[in-house]
Amino acid sequence: MSAVLKSAVQAPVPAPSSGRAAGGQRLHFRPLNVGRWVIWSVFALLLVAAPMLFTSGLAMTMLSQMGYMIIICLSYNLLLGQGGMLSFGHAVYVGLGAFFAIHAMNLIGAGRLPLPMSLVPLVGGAAGAGVAALLGWVTTKKSANTFAMITLGVGELVAAMALMFPEFFGGEGGVSSNRVAGKAVLGISFGPQVQVYYLIAVYCFVCTAALYALTRTPFGRMLNAVRDNPERVEFVGYNTQVVRYLAFIIAGFFAGIGGGLTALNFEIVTADSVGGFRSGSYLLFTFLGGAFFFFGPIIGAVLLVLAFVMFSEITKAWQIYLGLVFMFMVMFAPGGISSLIMMNLRVAGFGKLRRLASSYLALGGTGAVALAGAAAIVEMIYHLQLNSALGPTVKFMGGTLNVQGLDSWFGALFVMAIGIAMFEVARREFKRQWDETQQEIEKEIRRRDAL
Amino acid sequence: MSASPYALELNDVRKSFGKTEIIRGASLQAKPGERIAIIGPNGAGKSTLFNLISGRFGVSTGDIRLNGASIAGRKPYEINRMGLARSFQVSNLFVRLSVFENIRCAVLWSMGYRYAFWKFLADLRDANDRADEVLRMIKLDRKRDVLAMNLTYAEQRALEIGITIAGGASVVLLDEPTAGMSKSETTRFIQLIREVTVGKTLLTVEHDMGVVFGLADKIAVLVYGEVIAFDVPEAVRANAKVQEAYLGSVLASHDKAHGA
Repeated sequence: MSAVLKSAVQAPVPAPSSGRAAGGQRLHFRPLNVGRWVIWSVFALLLVAAPMLFTSGLAMTMLSQMGYMIIICLSYNLLLGQGGMLSFGHAVYVGLGAFFAIHAMNLIGAGRLPLPMSLVPLVGGAAGAGVAALLGWVTTKKSANTFAMITLGVGELVAAMALMFPEFFGGEGGVSSNRVAGKAVLGISFGPQVQVYYLIAVYCFVCTAALYALTRTPFGRMLNAVRDNPERVEFVGYNTQVVRYLAFIIAGFFAGIGGGLTALNFEIVTADSVGGFRSGSYLLFTFLGGAFFFFGPIIGAVLLVLAFVMFSEITKAWQIYLGLVFMFMVMFAPGGISSLIMMNLRVAGFGKLRRLASSYLALGGTGAVALAGAAAIVEMIYHLQLNSALGPTVKFMGGTLNVQGLDSWFGALFVMAIGIAMFEVARREFKRQWDETQQEIEKEIRRRDAL
Repeated sequence: MSASPYALELNDVRKSFGKTEIIRGASLQAKPGERIAIIGPNGAGKSTLFNLISGRFGVSTGDIRLNGASIAGRKPYEINRMGLARSFQVSNLFVRLSVFENIRCAVLWSMGYRYAFWKFLADLRDANDRADEVLRMIKLDRKRDVLAMNLTYAEQRALEIGITIAGGASVVLLDEPTAGMSKSETTRFIQLIREVTVGKTLLTVEHDMGVVFGLADKIAVLVYGEVIAFDVPEAVRANAKVQEAYLGSVLASHDKAHGA
């Protein structure tokens, strides 16, 4: 944990949580280097062992996707969390990286490019960095709102171009390729998915380590400074645009590597990979994971794959739930899941987590009731709007709902209302306890300081 | 560069916002190592003058020279690299970084680390030592790992000065460094400023006349965008024009407050 804890002290701060207790807290972690070795070893071990623990074909697909999504979300967070740049067009660099990579694969297949398949992601990276270098100087001229608007414009521009140049983007069908081509190095042909997974895992580990290392360099720190106060940075000798521009290119490089891995994984790249929906997903899940801590986007990437692959199997209305989750996260825990974890670790570090346990149980229980009611309503509306040809009944959590019967609607509403009311009671009690705990911790810190 | 006898030189600097001329021909020369206080009524253009010198705004006409080289029209970071640093009236910190990180950010460029992303901060002995040295100078070494946003007001003001002097600039501009401080805090703070700016050319905007006459080698009186007097404190005090335009009333209240 401690590498992560250290990054908590060095760069970012947890945001106010559901308890809104964080206002002005101080972090007092003194990590050992041993801890950092342990973390990275565990991370490597997880990457190696994951396909042995989850052996199904679906699991293998998902693990592969998680591997490069981690790179993509981390590269996005270099802009958002480290540099305070809200980009609406990150898919441009991922997608163009993927397109260059798939064309490279085709060239290898045709015997015109003497490159081993395992280095194709680097082609994507170079393309991502190149495009970012080309578009970035304009994009990074201003920070904040202007930056966000320009990324949005560039994103639309590239998405429109993707349909205008079918020679490169492959039109509606996209560009496909075959990764089993070129020379098999050491007998690795990338035919079996597991070989692709391990290639992705290697890239994932190296890129994560590189991006983490970046946060501990003069450039990485000045990027944080630009995020906090661009004006002052100009008065300590730094050109903020150069800082932003470099960050933009580096983010483009890693985004391109992620894109190159998608090309290798799916053997097809379509125009929607540069589109606004993808950009939105990267933003949304990086935020859900948490932009304030280095490891936040890793959680976000795992969630992204879970949501897109598994959650979408459970319910067709999954994007509605996703929107709701995002909304609640922005309102109650703008630091994302990672900051929730860190704040609870802090409480645990002072031995006070147990006291909150019953409150958490109450929150979880009442929240589940409210969610069940709300979900029933969502499913019925969805059914009514889009699937009513299939009859009036919906299967829901083992039961059956009738969208034409009033009792189902009232039942669901009743459950939701009760759930929300109880949740609110539980939340107030939790907030009281949380604030109390935080005050005690502050007092304890002051006491230790005085010693 | 060393041909000029002045560390900082303003020649008939003018600045207009729209049709309104805020700075109306300001001239000023600071010899190396001199401490100059700029005083004047509210709205006289003191802060604007600092913004012009530090490159936050561009001058309309006129010239500003730093160690003999013209800096009019240059960007703030270029001027800073040429050896001029400034502080702000409202603390302007990296709020989500620790006190130590704030100072380290301010020394990195001057130590030649620029945009390096191939070196680890932890390995930069000279930058880290310098940052710790500055922390001791501004007496915030006990708050080393506290986030800037969690400091008290006076501590933030000290950090503001720390960031300003950390890079080792030879010309230092302090914009109302003691603004909002109590009497005793101000006294202590002035001592601190004196210590950390030894050997530097200092320009400061200040309202407290006790501070001004105690700290400054020379005083520039700015009224409606013009420097109406620029001399040693005794001469400025005696200057009839200054008495009439500004100092008379301020000094009277100052003397009364001090029972003189």
